[in-house]
Amino acid sequence: MDNRNDIWVVVESSSGAYRKVALELISRAAGLASRLMELRGTRFSVWAVITGTATVPGAEEMYRFGADGIMTACHPRLEEHRTDLHAAVLASLVEERGPEIVLFGATAWGSEVAPTVAARVKTGLAAHCVDLRINHRGLLVQLVPAFGGKVLGEILCPVRRPQMASVRPGVFRAEPLDREGSVETLVLQPVIPSGMDRIEVLEVQQRESSKVPLEEAGVVIAGGWGVGSRENWQLLEDLAGLLGGTVGCTRPALDEGWAGGEDTMIGVSGKTVRPKVYLGFGISGSTHHVVGMKDSGLVFSVNTNPEADIFSFSDLKVVADARAVASALIEGLKAAGYGAGRLASIGGGPGRDGSV
Amino acid sequence: MSAIRTVVCVKPVPSPEYAHQAGMDPVTKTLVRQGIPTVINPLDKNALEAALQIREKQGGEVLVLSMAPPAAVENLREALAMGADGAYLLSDRAFAGSDTLATSMVLASAVKKLGAVDLVLTGNESADGGTAQVSAQLGEWLGWPHLMHACGIEPGEDGHIAVDTARDNCRVKYRVKLPAVISVVRNINSPRFISISGVIAAGKKPLVRWTGGDLPLDGDFLGLEGSPTKAGDIHRPDPARRCELLEGSPEEVAAAMIEKIKSAGIQW
Ligand SMILES: Cc1cc2nc3c(=O)[nH]c(=O)nc-3n(C[C@H](O)[C@H](O)[C@H](O)COP(=O)(O)OP(=O)(O)OC[C@H]3O[C@@H](n4cnc5c(N)ncnc54)[C@H](O)[C@@H]3O)c2cc1C
Ligand SMILES: Nc1ncnc2c1ncn2[C@@H]1O[C@H](COP(=O)(O)O)[C@@H](O)[C@H]1O
Repeated sequence: MDNRNDIWVVVESSSGAYRKVALELISRAAGLASRLMELRGTRFSVWAVITGTATVPGAEEMYRFGADGIMTACHPRLEEHRTDLHAAVLASLVEERGPEIVLFGATAWGSEVAPTVAARVKTGLAAHCVDLRINHRGLLVQLVPAFGGKVLGEILCPVRRPQMASVRPGVFRAEPLDREGSVETLVLQPVIPSGMDRIEVLEVQQRESSKVPLEEAGVVIAGGWGVGSRENWQLLEDLAGLLGGTVGCTRPALDEGWAGGEDTMIGVSGKTVRPKVYLGFGISGSTHHVVGMKDSGLVFSVNTNPEADIFSFSDLKVVADARAVASALIEGLKAAGYGAGRLASIGGGPGRDGSV
Repeated sequence: MSAIRTVVCVKPVPSPEYAHQAGMDPVTKTLVRQGIPTVINPLDKNALEAALQIREKQGGEVLVLSMAPPAAVENLREALAMGADGAYLLSDRAFAGSDTLATSMVLASAVKKLGAVDLVLTGNESADGGTAQVSAQLGEWLGWPHLMHACGIEPGEDGHIAVDTARDNCRVKYRVKLPAVISVVRNINSPRFISISGVIAAGKKPLVRWTGGDLPLDGDFLGLEGSPTKAGDIHRPDPARRCELLEGSPEEVAAAMIEKIKSAGIQW
C-alpha cells in the first residue's frame, strides 16, 4: 500500500493521554495538506499516528484540528520509555505505507524517536523547525535558525521520502477547524522486530515541579548575558516573584550558571513562550532566542546597545543598564503594591502547551 | 567486571567567545568562520569525562573520534591532554556538506574499523548544529542499542551498563547490553581541567588521521551528495513590532513600564 498523499503526525502518549503538541502539529499539517491539494490537484490526508500499549481515549477530538484519520499501533511492549521499540514500529509503518511527510513533536521522547526512524528508513530529518511551508514545487520547506542565529535557513529533502521534521511544543497553535464528520480509525497490531531486547527499563521516577512552568507563565522575565552576574540575576528572580512570573534565560546565561537550569532556556533549543508580558534584560536578539519568544504579548527589552537586534522584536525599548532598570522596577512595583500576598492573577499565557 | 573500550565522539565547534565575529557572506550565503578558533563541543567534554571515569573504575581504553577539517588536531590534542589514550581524525573533502545521516555514517564506519569497541559516548547535542540527531543515528548505523539524555552511567556485570536518563520531569534508569551508544547531558559530571603533565603526555599519544579511503563507507550516503537534506534559501525573520523608546531615569522608565504592565492585565 502506498500512501504518498499522506501527512503523518506522530503522537506521543502515556497512560492513556496524549501530548497536546500533537494538536499543534495536526493544525499545521492540515494547512500543508490543503496547500498540496491546490498544487497537485489530488487529495492529501492527515493521519495522527499513535504507538502505545492501547488506544487513546478522546483522540477523536483530533479530527476537529484537522486529522482525517487516527492510526494506532498497539502492542503490550510499547511502553512509553522504550523509545527504541516505538521507533522500530514507526519505521516499519513508514516503510509499509510510504507517507509523504512525517512530523514529530520535539519533546524529549520525539527528539529521540525521530532521528532513529529517519536513520532506519534512510531519509532526511530537520530538527527543531520554527516554521513549515510548502514551496511551489510541492516540497516541504523546513525553517531553522542558521548562520549563528542571524537568519532563518530552509532545509529541504528533495529526493528521499518521507520528508521528516521535528517541531518544539508551542511553535504552532492548535486551531480547531469548522468541520463536520468523523475521523477514520485504524488499529494495527505491529510486530516488534526481533533482537530488540538489549535495553531494559529498571526504574521510573516522575518528578512533580512546584513552579509555574515557563510555557504557562503569564509573565516571563528573561535574562541574557548582559545581566552580568549572579547577584544581578537575583533581581530577575525578585521581579518574577513580584509579578507572579517565571524567569527564563538565553544560552550564555545558562552557561554562566546564573539561570535555574536547562529547562528555563528560551529558544530553538529550549522552550517556546507566549506570555502576556515578556521582559527581557541584556539579550541581544539572536534568532535562536527570538523564535522562542516572538509571539509573546507585550515585549519589553532592556539593553545598553541602542542597535541591539532584540529591539526589532520589542514593543518597548529601554536603552539602559539591566541592573539599574531591574532595581528601579522592583522598587516601583513594591510601591505600587505588587507582590503583597499575591498569587491571584497568575493566569496562563495565551499559548500554553498543556502537555498530557 | 571487565575492561571497557570506549570511543568518545567530539565535534569542534566555533568558540562562543568569538560568536560575534562569525558573519555571513552575503554573496555566497556561507558562514564566515575564518580566523574563529574552535573548541570541543562542551557536552562532548562531559562525554569524555564520563569515559575517563569509567576507565578509572573499570580499566580499559578511551579513544576520541572526530570528523572534522585537519585543523581539528588541536581539539583532539586537548582531548588527549584531558586523558584520552588515542585520537582519530576523519578528514576528507568528500565529507564536506554532510548532514546528520551522512555524518553518523562516517563516524559509524570508523567505529567499525576500530573494532572491539564496547561503548560509544557522545554529547546530547552540538552547540553549533544543535540537531541532537547524530548519536541516535550512529547507533542505528552500527545496529547497537542507543539512549539519549544520560545523566549517569554505571558499568555493571556481564557486559551491561546501567544508564540514568533525565527527560522533562522524568528520570528513567535503564540496563543496556553492550555494545551501545549513549549521549550525555551537562549535569552528568564536571569535566576535569587539563594539567601540565597531561599536555606533556598528550604529545606522545597516537593521533591518527584517516581519510575516506581508510574507511568502510556507505557510498550512497557520502557527503553533500549523499545527504538526504539540502540547505535552501535564507530569510531574515521579519520584525513585526513598533519598538517605542522609553526614556528617562531608571525610576521614570520603571514607572512607565509599570503602567504598561498594568494595562496588559497583570495585577498585583
Ligand atoms: C544550534 C544553536 C542553538 C541555540 N539555541 C539557543 C536557544 O535555544 N536559546 C538561546 O537563547 N540561545 C541559543 N543559542 C545561542 C544564540 O545563538 C545566542 O548566542 C544567544 O541567544 C545570545 O544570548 P544573549 O543575548 O544572552 O547574549 P549576547 O548575544 O552576548 O548579548 C548580550 C546582550 O547584552 C547587552 N548588554 C551588555 N551589558 C548590558 C547591561 N549592563 N545592561 C543591559 N544590556 C547589556 C549587550 O548589548 C548584548 O546585546 C543557540 C546557538 C546555536 C548555535
Ligand atoms: N563531526 C562530528 N565528529 C564527531 N562527533 C560528532 C560530529 N558531529 C556530531 N558529533 C557527536 O554527536 C553529538 C550530537 O551532535 P548533533 O547531532 O550535531 O547535535 C555531538 O555532541 C558529538 O558527540
